[in-house]
Amino acid sequence: TACCFFSYYFKEPSFISYVIEGKELTKEEKQRLRKEKKQQKKGKEKKDASLPQVSVAETAAPASQLKAERRARQEAERTSKQSKKGDTGQPATTIVKRLPEHIQVDDPDVLKKLAKKLERQQIPRRLDYGYKVSLFSHLLQYSRKAPLTQQLSIPSAVIHPAIVRLGLQYSQGIVAGSNARSIALLHAFKQVISDYTTPSNEELSRDLVNKLKPYISFLNQCRPLSASMGNAIKYIKKEISNIPSQFKEDDAKKKLLNCIECFIEEKIVLAAKAIAKSSIEKINDGDVILVYGCSSLVNHILCEAFEKGRKFRVIVVDSRPRLEGREALRRLVQKGISCTYVLISAVSYILPEVSKVFLGAHALLANGYVMSRVGTSQIALVAKAFNVPVLVCCETYKFCERVQTDSFVSNELDDPDDLIVTRKGETQLKDWQQVPRLGLLNLVYDVTPPDFVDLVITDLGMIPCTSVPVVLRVKNVDLL
Amino acid sequence: MPGPYRETDLTEKVEAFLSDLKRGGSGTGPLRGSAETARETTALLRRITAQVRWSSAGDLMEVIRKEGRRMSAAQPSETTVGNMIRRVLKIIREEYARSRGSSEEADQQESLHKLLTSGGLSEENFRQYFTALKANVIEAINELLTELEGTTDNIAMQALEHIHSNEVIMTIGRSRTVEAFLKDAARKRKFHVIVAECAPFCQGHEMATSLSKDGIETTVITDAAIFAVMSRVNKVIIGTQTVLANGGLRAVNGTHTLALAAKHHSTPLIVCAPINFLFISGEILSKVNVHCPVFDYVPPELITLFISNIGGHAPSYIYRLMSELYHPEDHEL
Repeated sequence: TACCFFSYYFKEPSFISYVIEGKELTKEEKQRLRKEKKQQKKGKEKKDASLPQVSVAETAAPASQLKAERRARQEAERTSKQSKKGDTGQPATTIVKRLPEHIQVDDPDVLKKLAKKLERQQIPRRLDYGYKVSLFSHLLQYSRKAPLTQQLSIPSAVIHPAIVRLGLQYSQGIVAGSNARSIALLHAFKQVISDYTTPSNEELSRDLVNKLKPYISFLNQCRPLSASMGNAIKYIKKEISNIPSQFKEDDAKKKLLNCIECFIEEKIVLAAKAIAKSSIEKINDGDVILVYGCSSLVNHILCEAFEKGRKFRVIVVDSRPRLEGREALRRLVQKGISCTYVLISAVSYILPEVSKVFLGAHALLANGYVMSRVGTSQIALVAKAFNVPVLVCCETYKFCERVQTDSFVSNELDDPDDLIVTRKGETQLKDWQQVPRLGLLNLVYDVTPPDFVDLVITDLGMIPCTSVPVVLRVKNVDLL
Repeated sequence: MPGPYRETDLTEKVEAFLSDLKRGGSGTGPLRGSAETARETTALLRRITAQVRWSSAGDLMEVIRKEGRRMSAAQPSETTVGNMIRRVLKIIREEYARSRGSSEEADQQESLHKLLTSGGLSEENFRQYFTALKANVIEAINELLTELEGTTDNIAMQALEHIHSNEVIMTIGRSRTVEAFLKDAARKRKFHVIVAECAPFCQGHEMATSLSKDGIETTVITDAAIFAVMSRVNKVIIGTQTVLANGGLRAVNGTHTLALAAKHHSTPLIVCAPINFLFISGEILSKVNVHCPVFDYVPPELITLFISNIGGHAPSYIYRLMSELYHPEDHEL
């Protein structure tokens, strides 16, 4: 409970009498927190040199001067970092990231730090569930039957109810798919912002960002954030920080809400339209198109192409345990597209009849690898073996600066109980927890190497997989 | 009267076997492994040899061919039935030839020579009657049965030659041969097994529970994760339904994807199959349902090694084994 957290952390008996379960921190505690945060921020600002600085004065300077100043600063920092490279062991580039905690679960120090951070933010910590396969001991594995909200007090004064609802929807799988999750996140943030009031002696640009941090930790605990959500959060934080201090609160809030609307409109809705327009050129009459799982973008493309009058049929490939293909099948059949349904083990059987493969992506990594639902790389592999072209459709807001070469180092482990199934009246794996050496692995994502992918269709045009870092660079320059 | 009584008893047994085969194929009857089917077929053929009245080898072969055709028709995908019938026919030919006095080797050489000199087919019509033929044939079939009973053990005994410590081995679905293979190796070595569950029947689950109960570290993965996990796998060991004459496989659904993934990562693919799984067929699989194919064809280029009860072979050697086991005239039953 919250009481225990505070007595452990602050060790000052006078505060215990002030603490009521679930209430917000007192003023002294806030000051202490703020000092810590400032120190953290200073460390972070050194690292995030590529993002624009958060001071009011600079927004007045012209863009070219900003660029020149920034470049000079980057050079200086690069030389200074190279001199003390041995400290962190991280490469001395301008974009230096902290390793996310959710892939360092096997390191007890990292776990301790995470626990402390969550206590400070008054967010309960979700516990690991079940026996973890040794190859994945660095990742978290949760059970769907134990959602985080069970450990929260209701009503929670620390976390906005829209965020609590969102977290529950994520952890139970009600909202799934990277576009859906991002849009839901942005809508929840809109609600948070409209309900927000700046406390006295605080600036909106700083306080709101700090208010969002525990929400983000909470959502992260419910389900690890996706790359698209990460980019959306970065964008919002930047917009908030850029609010000039002379804005009145109402104007600032209106501006932020507007920004979020613009983001959703431009990066998701219009991007989907642009991608559909480019993809329709690639779909010919008489095509047999193979799709995997349920990607909202690919479904949108197919529906648009069908409305424009292209004649084609679709083969939907599905896999256990999520069986998302059924949802895609439902949407396509409703439109009137003729479909076939197979499981992923039958892919090498039906591929000889397929003319093209359309795949959706969860994120595109900076080394050209495509991160998508598990099974995508398998389909790309078999398609390559049969010489069938593979096209990946992805909006640019899902492009991510991470690099990864295999599906182990960073992934998500879903509830292992999902693999249990009853066939012919027998449930073989019912008591798998009791069997000492049996592990169930329910991976969520995998990475597809760029040599399996022939083309990536984005809202900026059709590019090969290896051009992703170029797009990222262009995007970063645009943000300035 | 003993004669007709025995015959009706025999026909009953044959009918029971046929209906078992039919049901086994549709999934409602008792699930049987291919080795079991082979054993039962051979036992039935021995009974037919013993009880049906026949005067010459030719008669016996006709009877067996007729029964064999019925059995194959009952379950076309269970090729071990046809294989056993062909083996028994070859045994009859050999015994007949031995009784006549000519050696087998000469026969084989003769046939190759005959092919080259475009001589006609052998004019054997198997009409001669030999008193000892029946006893010889039954003895030979008994030997075949003992060989069948020992196949799984023979294969399992070779396990330690192929698995070293701390390996990660991947397998798919459920194969009794592979199960015995891995359990035998686990007695002396510690390794990790990853089992792909092989939807929709999910037989991988049974395999995993059985292996883990024997103390082997096992993980169950979905079919979709095969390629994702393959980079950490050292060897892929699978069982198969049938081995084709060109060295290819007819195996459970999903094996082709597994083989492609293994090829991409240059992981060796080892197939454990007893020798009675060899099947003569040129055609690549086509007789399956559109939406849920039960079997996959795996071409021989993706396979590294076959382990059978008589040792290990490369896929390019399979055609030679085929010629030793079956007579070319029995290819069409």
